[in-house]
Amino acid sequence: MWMYEKKLEYPIKIKHPNPKMAKAIITQYGGPDGELAASLRYLSQRFSMVTPQARATLNDIGTEELAHLEMVGTMVRQLTEKASIDQIKAAGMDAYYADHDKAVYPVSAAGVPFTAAYIQSKGDPVTDLTEDMAAEQKARSTYEWLINLADDPDVIEPLKFLREREVVHFQRFGEALVIVQDFLNRKHAWAVKLPCD
Amino acid sequence: MNRDDLLRELTALDFVAVDLNLYLNTHPMDCEAVQEFNRVIHKAGQLRDMYEKAYGPLTANRASECPWQWFEDPWPWQSCFNFYLPREECR
Repeated sequence: MWMYEKKLEYPIKIKHPNPKMAKAIITQYGGPDGELAASLRYLSQRFSMVTPQARATLNDIGTEELAHLEMVGTMVRQLTEKASIDQIKAAGMDAYYADHDKAVYPVSAAGVPFTAAYIQSKGDPVTDLTEDMAAEQKARSTYEWLINLADDPDVIEPLKFLREREVVHFQRFGEALVIVQDFLNRKHAWAVKLPCD
Repeated sequence: MNRDDLLRELTALDFVAVDLNLYLNTHPMDCEAVQEFNRVIHKAGQLRDMYEKAYGPLTANRASECPWQWFEDPWPWQSCFNFYLPREECR
């Protein structure tokens, strides 16, 4: 189960509305390499993962991604909440506004609604962890492109934090993969009935 | 400590705990890191108590005064909930 904690993992306090930036950042909410895809991917894959280390890694990184989903949604909301209709039109956010007003809805930067087709849960622990490492790199790249687009430190600082977390998660998934490969290479592991495997 | 300072300190400690948690999942034999994790959790617990006493519950499973406190604004996505971090000046 989960317990909600009423605070952000990293503070977000954006003074100036910028719907153009919101339109780009929303891709980390509902886009192909976003936080919703990340959390759903890891939290689904954990059910069939082997070794306690890799199970815990998927569980806990999947949980942290939910906190990042909240951070990205917060950024989108704060960037649009006080934007005028003229600013929304100038930012090319009028199509989004027609469907969602200033509500936060999971779409990519190009407006494509979220789909579970962004993720895989393959049942092969090596396949899944390799996908996870790639996913962290894709998210890191996305945050770098978003930082390139941003000019407001109130926006850049949380993006930098989120980028750094992708680097750490990539490292942890790499370690989990080594542990899993070592486990799978121990042939005798298959001959022994383990209590919970 | 005022609310922003308390929340800033608690957020920092909780972040260290999250990061150590992930590290320990793949380095369970690093007893020095376990010790550091325990130290951080203890300190964060003290600050969490201080914060909740002064500003209301951080999780819904806390004893509440009447009227019910949990739903009260601000919520974390609202800008007034948050605080500024000291940041480096651009060079």
